[in-house]
Amino acid sequence: MSEPVRFRVRVMRKAGLADPEGATTTKALRDLGYTEVTAVHFGRDIVVELAGDDVAAAEARVHEMCERLLANPVIEDFTVERL
Amino acid sequence: MTEPAHRTLGMTDDEYARVVEILGREPEPAELAMYSVMWSEHCSYKSSKPWLRRFPTEAPWVVLGPGENAGVVDIGDDWLVALRIESHNHPSFVEPYQGAATGVGGILRDIFTMGARPVGLWDALRFGPLSDPSNRYLFSGVVHGIAGYGNAVGVPTLGGEIEFADCFSKNPLVNVMALGLMRRDQLVTRAAVGEGNIAVLLGSATGRDGIGGASILASASFEEGSETKRPSVQIGDPFEEKKLIEACLELYERGLVVAIQDLGAAGISCATSECAAAGGMGMTVDLDAVHLREEAMTPGEILMSESQERMLAIVAPDDVDEVLALAHKWEIDATTIGVITGGDTLEVRHRGEIVAAVPAASLSEDAPVYHRGVERPAYLDAVWADEATLPAGLDLGSTLLRLLDDPALGDRSWIFQQYDHMLFLDTVVGPGNDGSLMRVKGTDKGLAVSTDGDALRCSLDPRRGAARIVYEAALNVAVTGAAPYAVVDNLNFGNPEKPAVMWQFAETVEGMAEACERLGVPVVGGNVSFYNETDGVDISPTPVVGMLGLADPMPQLPPRLDRAEAGMELWLIGPERGDDFAGSAYCRIVLEHRCGRPAEPDPDVARRVVEHAARLAHIAPVVHDVSSGGIAVAVAEVAIRSGVGVRLDNGDWRLLLDESPHRFVVAVEPGTDLDVSDVASRRLGVFGGDRLDFGRWGTVGLSEASRVWRQAIPRRLG
Amino acid sequence: MKIAVAVFPGSNCEHDVEHALGLLGADVELMWHQEDDLSEFSAVVLPGGFAHGDYLRTGAIARFSPIMDEVSRLAEGGFPILGICNGFQILCEADLLPGALVANRDLNFICSMVHVRVESTAGVLTRDAEVGQVLRIPLNSYEGNFVADAATLDELEASGRVLLRYCDPAGNVTDEANPNGSARNIAAIADPGGNVVGIMPHPERAAEDVLGSSDGRVLLASFVHAAEEASR
Repeated sequence: MSEPVRFRVRVMRKAGLADPEGATTTKALRDLGYTEVTAVHFGRDIVVELAGDDVAAAEARVHEMCERLLANPVIEDFTVERL
Repeated sequence: MTEPAHRTLGMTDDEYARVVEILGREPEPAELAMYSVMWSEHCSYKSSKPWLRRFPTEAPWVVLGPGENAGVVDIGDDWLVALRIESHNHPSFVEPYQGAATGVGGILRDIFTMGARPVGLWDALRFGPLSDPSNRYLFSGVVHGIAGYGNAVGVPTLGGEIEFADCFSKNPLVNVMALGLMRRDQLVTRAAVGEGNIAVLLGSATGRDGIGGASILASASFEEGSETKRPSVQIGDPFEEKKLIEACLELYERGLVVAIQDLGAAGISCATSECAAAGGMGMTVDLDAVHLREEAMTPGEILMSESQERMLAIVAPDDVDEVLALAHKWEIDATTIGVITGGDTLEVRHRGEIVAAVPAASLSEDAPVYHRGVERPAYLDAVWADEATLPAGLDLGSTLLRLLDDPALGDRSWIFQQYDHMLFLDTVVGPGNDGSLMRVKGTDKGLAVSTDGDALRCSLDPRRGAARIVYEAALNVAVTGAAPYAVVDNLNFGNPEKPAVMWQFAETVEGMAEACERLGVPVVGGNVSFYNETDGVDISPTPVVGMLGLADPMPQLPPRLDRAEAGMELWLIGPERGDDFAGSAYCRIVLEHRCGRPAEPDPDVARRVVEHAARLAHIAPVVHDVSSGGIAVAVAEVAIRSGVGVRLDNGDWRLLLDESPHRFVVAVEPGTDLDVSDVASRRLGVFGGDRLDFGRWGTVGLSEASRVWRQAIPRRLG
Repeated sequence: MKIAVAVFPGSNCEHDVEHALGLLGADVELMWHQEDDLSEFSAVVLPGGFAHGDYLRTGAIARFSPIMDEVSRLAEGGFPILGICNGFQILCEADLLPGALVANRDLNFICSMVHVRVESTAGVLTRDAEVGQVLRIPLNSYEGNFVADAATLDELEASGRVLLRYCDPAGNVTDEANPNGSARNIAAIADPGGNVVGIMPHPERAAEDVLGSSDGRVLLASFVHAAEEASR
C-alpha cells in the first residue's frame, strides 16, 4: 500500500466577523507590553490523510470536504495545502 | 546497578516478597505490573484501612455501604440514590483542565456502573492564593475542565465549595461528588457470577495514557520537576462518556448485564480482578481482543492503561449479540475480551501465551495493610496557646468589606455560571445557596446535598475541625428542609509515612465518626488521598464531607438567600459564644492570625439546631447557615442577594464575627412563631433600607457591599 | 397531534423538552437521529446539548444525520421546526436559518437567567406573545454568540424575523444586557416563513415556578399551537 496523501486544511474566521478568541488574545498581548499588536486571528489546522495515487483528484475531494463539513462558509474561509 | 523492576513501579521489597509468596514463584512482568497498581495506596487503602473501620456505616436505609463503586441508599417509593466522592488532586496539578475533566468522568462512571443515572455533580476545590499567576492558571483551568466535561456529558453541576490557602499552591485539591438516581430493580453490582459468562469491554480504545496514574501520580509525593509526569495524564472525552451512559442505562433497562464495572485506576487489571473476586470466580482474559489505539503495547501496558470512558460488562453468552447490537446503535465500540471460569484464577493471554495467572482476589483483597506510626505533633501546644488579640472595638462596615472581598467568601458565580446547573429540570435550590436541593419527579421528595471542608480549622484541631464540618454539612442540607441521610467523605492528607500526618488522619476519622454517630447518619463511601505533599511540605489535613439530605416532603417554596424583603425580621437560632475566633475568617483575613484552638462542637445542640432548621425551612423564606465570617457575613449575604438593607440591634461586635458552631439565621414576617424553646434564639434586627447598619459598630451601603462581594473573584483574575 | 424531539448522540435536553411540552398537554415522542420519516408528526424540536460532542464545530456533524434531510424537506412545507440552543446551531449549519453561533464574548460558558424582549410575533415561537413583553429564561451555552453579516442582520430586522433580543429586566436592549456578545442582542430568529425558529436560551427550563420562572411557557405554547394548526 502506498503512503497516504496528506493535506493541511487551514480554516480561518472570516475578516470582519466577531472573533472573541482573537480579541481576547490581542488584549492580553497588549497588556503584556506588546502594544504594537493590532490584531490576532484564530483558526484551525486540520490534516486530512487520503488513500490513492491521484493527487489532483484527492485535492479536489478535500476542497469538497471543506465546503460541505470542515468549514462553515457563513463564518469561515479555508485554504488547502499539500503536505 | 539498575533498580529492580518492582521499585520503579512504586513497590517495596517486602511487598514484592509477598507477591512471590502468593504465586509461589517470581512474577512475570505483566503480573508485577498488576500487583504494583492494585496494591498502590490509591487502590488498596493500605495505610488507611485500619482507621476507616471506625466509621458508622449502617442504617435501615443503607443498601450498599463502603467498598462498592458507590454507596447506595433507599429513599422510599422504590427509588435508590447512589453517591460517591473522589479526588483528582495530582492529575489536576499536572494538567488542570484534563485532570479536573477526567475526575468528573471517573466519578460519573462510578455512579452509572451501579445502575443509576447520574443526576448531579458537586466540586470541592482548593487552591493557593489567586495573587500568584500559577494559582490563577490552575484555578481557571480546573473550573474550565469541570465545565467542559460536565456540561458536555450532560450532568448538571449543582454546587460545591472553595478555599484558598498557601499549602495548596503546589498541591491543589479537586474533589468531585456525584449523585445518581435509579429504580430499585435497576441496581447492579460487579459480582461476576456464572461460569461461561462473557466479559465485554465497552467504550474507548485502550492507549498508553494514564499508565501508572494510580501507583505513581496518586500514591507518591511531588517534587520539583513533576511536570515531566505529564505523559501519564489521561484525556477526557465527554461525548464518548455520554454515549456510554445512555448505552449502559439501556443495557440495564433491558436486563442484559449480569454485572458491570467501570475501568478507572489500574484499568483492565482492576476491573477484571474485582469482578471475578466479587463473584468468587475466575476469569480468562484475551488481551488480543482489546481494541487498542496504539501499536506495540506490552501486556503490562494494556493491563495498566487508564484510558478513559471504558466499562467492563459481564453478560450471558446468549445475550452477547444483543449487547453488541445495542453498543452499535449508540455508536460505541464493544468487544468480547474474556470468559468467566470456575476456580479463582485470573488468567491473561497475549499472542497465544499466558502472561499472567494469579488468584483474582489476591490483587484486591491480599494487599498489605500498614499500621503506620501515629504521633501528635508537639507544635500544637504552642498553636493552641497562641490566641488572637482582639481589639476592644472596630468599624464593622469597613471590616465587612474586607471579608466580602475574600475570594472564598465573595460571590462564587464566576465559577458556577460556567456550569450547567439546570439540566433535567430538577434544580429547586441551585448553587450560591448553602445546600442544593433537587426534586425527584413523580414524588414529593427532595434531595439536598452539601459539600463542606475547612482546612484551616482542621489544621488547628483535626478532631474538632472534622466534627464541625459534619455538623455544618448537616445544617446546610437542613436549611433546604432536608434531614441528614448519608455521608461520603474525601480525606485529603499529606504523606502517611509521617507520624504527624497519621495523627491528623486518626483524629479526623474519630471526629467525623463521632459526629456522624451523634447525628445518626451513616457513612456509605469515601476516598482517601494521601501523599498531598510537594517538596516535603504536606497540605493541611483536609477532610471534605459530602452530605446527602432527604426532604420528604420537600418544602413547597424552599428557602433561598434572595427571598428576604423589607419589614421582615431577622432571627438567630442557636447558641452564641463570642469567643470562637480560632480559624475564623476575621482572624485569617483581617488579623492574619492562624492559631488558637477552635471550640468544641456540641452534638446534642447540633442535632436540635439541625432539626429546627429543617422544620423552619417549610415556613421561612430565608434560612441560612452561619459559618465563615460569622453573623455579619451571613446577614450580608442575605441582604446582598435579596437586594434589601438590614439594621441590626446593638450587641457585642464579637458576637457578629465569631464562628461558634450550630447557628443559623432566618428571615420571617414579624410575629411568626419560631417555636424554638429548646435552643437559644435572639432577634437580630429587621430588613429594610439600603444599608447594612450595625448600629454603634458602623455601617456600609448595600450597593458598595454588593459590588465588593461580586468582584471578589473576577477582580483577581484580571 | 404529535411533536417529535430529535435526539442526536450527545443531545441532553430531549427529556426536558418532552417534560415541558408535556406540561402543556402536547404528545411528544423522542426520535433517534437515524430516523428519516417524520410523517406522523406535526412539528419537530431540535433540543439542546452537545450533538457529536460539539466536535469540529457545534452542529456541523449533526446536520448530516438522516433526520435532518427530513427536517429540511418539511421546512419547505411550512412545518413548525424549533431549534433550542444546540438545535439553533444545527439549524444554522443546515442553512435553514441564517448566520452562525460562535464562542461567547468572554470565552466562558454561561449558565444563568437572562431577560429577553419579544421583538416580533412573526414566528411559531412568539405568535402568542406580545411585542415588548419581557421574559426571564435561562441561557446555557458556550457558543451562544449570534453572528451574521450586516446585510443579513438588516434583512432579518426589516422582515420582522428577529423574534427576541437580550435586554435588562426593564426591557432596555443595552450592551450590558447582552450576555454573550450576540449581534444586535439577537436571542431568537425565524426563517422567512416564520415556521423555522431558533432560540439560544432554554424556554423549557422556564416552564414551572418551582424552578424559578414560568416565562418560557408562552413560547412553548406558541409552538404547540402552531403544531396544532399544522396538524389540521
